[in-house]
Amino acid sequence: MSGTEGGQGSSEGESFDARLRAARERQGLEAPPGTSGRSDAGGLPTSALGIGLRVAVELVSALILGVAIGWGLDHWLHTAPVFIALFVLLGGAAGVLNVWRLMGPGQRPRDRGD
Amino acid sequence: MAASGTIDALSQFKLHTVFGPIGASVNFTQANLFMVIAGVLTLALLWYGMRPRAMVPGRFQSAAEMAYQAVMSMCVDTIGPEGKKFFPFIFTLFFFILLGNLLGVWPYDFTFTSHIAVTLAMALFVIFLVTVVALRIHGLHFFSYFMPSGVPVALAPLLIPIEILSYLSRIISLSVRLFANMMAGHVMLDVFGAFVVMLGSAGLIGYFPAAFALAVNVALIGFEILVATLQAYVFAILTCIYLHDAVHLH
Repeated sequence: MSGTEGGQGSSEGESFDARLRAARERQGLEAPPGTSGRSDAGGLPTSALGIGLRVAVELVSALILGVAIGWGLDHWLHTAPVFIALFVLLGGAAGVLNVWRLMGPGQRPRDRGD
Repeated sequence: MAASGTIDALSQFKLHTVFGPIGASVNFTQANLFMVIAGVLTLALLWYGMRPRAMVPGRFQSAAEMAYQAVMSMCVDTIGPEGKKFFPFIFTLFFFILLGNLLGVWPYDFTFTSHIAVTLAMALFVIFLVTVVALRIHGLHFFSYFMPSGVPVALAPLLIPIEILSYLSRIISLSVRLFANMMAGHVMLDVFGAFVVMLGSAGLIGYFPAAFALAVNVALIGFEILVATLQAYVFAILTCIYLHDAVHLH
């Protein structure tokens, strides 16, 4: 920054804007580097542990939600095991779907498409 | 803390009211206090940093500008050109979480993001916003989001509930990720801190393992700072991705 100052001050605001844009572009390429490359969900942790944790959270959260909804419906409608049995399966499937969205092949363009 | 030989790593998350009887009467806890501090620090950085309005920024101004630009580029890169509309929201969210996480690493400070109530409230708000934005932009066409294209209609009764559950599970995954990371880190810090005290008081033979536990704790502090920043970033960028889905609906 300090090195490239001075000089061609024809319209200082314009050159500052241009430099700012260039800097931001650089920043944009730098800060979330994952967004261009192996993006998945936006440059999130790419270490094995990070991916593992992320997959686990995605997988389990849908299941938790399924259990919660199923239990709640059963509690409300007094239909003991019907809805919880149904929603555990649906929640598990939704968890797998989440993981597929995250890691599955051919998902990049959809995720990243702009 | 470790009181007489037992490791009580969870009491650090207990809420208590601050400011004596005044705070007690309105249930103003230390979590609320640190939320206020996080907000005030963010505002202070921006206000104090942008006061000089210099062409060549000083330290604080650079920090404020970098904060602005980093979040702005995150919004625009992830959501698209429409992302500018959501910049204030993402900025607030990111810095609220970031300061909440980072303040928590400081000794004697409380980490309000280590409470599922806080993170769940934020996640619910995000999903609510995303849904409202999608409905606002796409109207009832939004519900086609739950029906994948090119799928036989006969499968719809099975697939639509799964898609809806998958959509709603973002609430859980968003909140649990932040909450679990912060809580696990602080529990680990507390456990190793307790090791230092317990081993150190065990006499000469305990000194070496105590020093080892202390070294682990030093490393953990650094790790915590990394996790604090990363989780704030993850929360913000996931919000951006969800907003991108809402705006573009693919």
